[in-house]
Amino acid sequence: MSVLNVDYMMGLVPILLRYLPLTLAMAVAGMVLALVLACGLAVIRVLRIPGLNGATLLFISFFRGTPLLVQLFLFYYGLPQLLAFLTQIGGITATIMGLTLHFSAYMAESIRAAIVGVDRSQTEAALSIGMTNGQLMRRIVLPQATRVAVPTLMNYFIDMIKATSLAFTLGVTELMGATQKEASGSFLYFEAFITVAIIYWLIVEGLAWFQRRLETRLNEAYRR
Amino acid sequence: MIKIEQLVKRFNGAPVLDGIDLEIEQGEIIVVIGPSGTGKSTLLRCLNFLERPDAGYLTLGDLTIDSTKATRAEILAARRRTAFVFQNYALFANKTALENIAEGLIVVNRWPKVKAHARAREILERIGLADKADAYPASLSGGQQQRVGIGRAMAAQADIILFDEPTSSLDPEWVEEVLGLMKQLARERQTMLVVTHEMGFAQDVADRVVFMDSGHIVEQGPPSQLFRAPQDPRTRDFLRKVLANQIDPAAT
Repeated sequence: MSVLNVDYMMGLVPILLRYLPLTLAMAVAGMVLALVLACGLAVIRVLRIPGLNGATLLFISFFRGTPLLVQLFLFYYGLPQLLAFLTQIGGITATIMGLTLHFSAYMAESIRAAIVGVDRSQTEAALSIGMTNGQLMRRIVLPQATRVAVPTLMNYFIDMIKATSLAFTLGVTELMGATQKEASGSFLYFEAFITVAIIYWLIVEGLAWFQRRLETRLNEAYRR
Repeated sequence: MIKIEQLVKRFNGAPVLDGIDLEIEQGEIIVVIGPSGTGKSTLLRCLNFLERPDAGYLTLGDLTIDSTKATRAEILAARRRTAFVFQNYALFANKTALENIAEGLIVVNRWPKVKAHARAREILERIGLADKADAYPASLSGGQQQRVGIGRAMAAQADIILFDEPTSSLDPEWVEEVLGLMKQLARERQTMLVVTHEMGFAQDVADRVVFMDSGHIVEQGPPSQLFRAPQDPRTRDFLRKVLANQIDPAAT
């Protein structure tokens, strides 16, 4: 067994970091879009809007019930055969689309649970002073639900950052794709993949630190 | 003036309010008493449309609502003319004391934030919590939270403030400060409809005491009359039970 080639690893880091912006961009774009979609889905579920509620349930069921990789292949390879205008779809777009739909299904359920978990008396108090349903959602219920939902949503974000690595199966050269290329050139597979693992790990740890600070701030109003 | 006519509310078919008629003059302080589960809270909640009445008419000033056909706009209007003080305070947990009081002015009355906060500060002054402006509900005592709850109702400048057992959730040590604030409002002739078990408060403050039982108003009158010479056997029975546990100052 040969000794770990540390010099190779150190040299690899700056090369791989060039692809970090793309990885993060896909994750951030996916997260923002997924949050918007998930909020919409959650509100539909909470208010049980007729018609839309059933469609939402089906959507959540499908995107939670099938592997992300299958969904990515479906969007990238499958859909263009069905819909001609999608032939232009790139690997990056398909990845963001897949991440958005897949994670919004999970996030919708945790946002819904957080909304439902806000004490009924908060809604009644808001109604009693003459607020409309929209006003009380925006100003009272959603801010309180956010505090409950943030830890779970941050977990999904962490998961999503790691899930961007699947983009390499669609031919996108992001962190994982770049590592794969480097490794197959040098044959130092262990060094290459442990390096990229550590990079992912550090990103996630950084986020976890941010998450703790965010939670402290969100809990400010609730400290006795 | 507020007028309730033939108000009916059923829960799963069973009438909780069975044809309530009540008129309240501006500046009048009315205390509603009666056994638990007789619809006192439901009556208050119907006036604020937190419960939708099944029948009856509700007049708030120049607005008369047929409760069976109440539109969204009418319900909002009714809520703006009635302010509610909750048993469990129900302060907005994500807002400071100041923001709790200013919230309705900003969102419902569309006041600019600066003006709403200035008014909220005046109210905090009046309720004796000027130093707690930036405190969140979780850090306030029960008594302080309920005073902010009353402050929020005061800010609404409603025709009437509805108090739903405002001291029932409080530790005994905080009851007095909340009742004190309510007495202060009574002296300012704020129109109030109060559901409470505090007979002393009713005796001292109420212009009229209403006794309810099984969804009906059984008897009503000035406290001196209702407490000293109740006419209906149900009223007598209830008062005997309630007053049995209270200390008679003359006997000590």
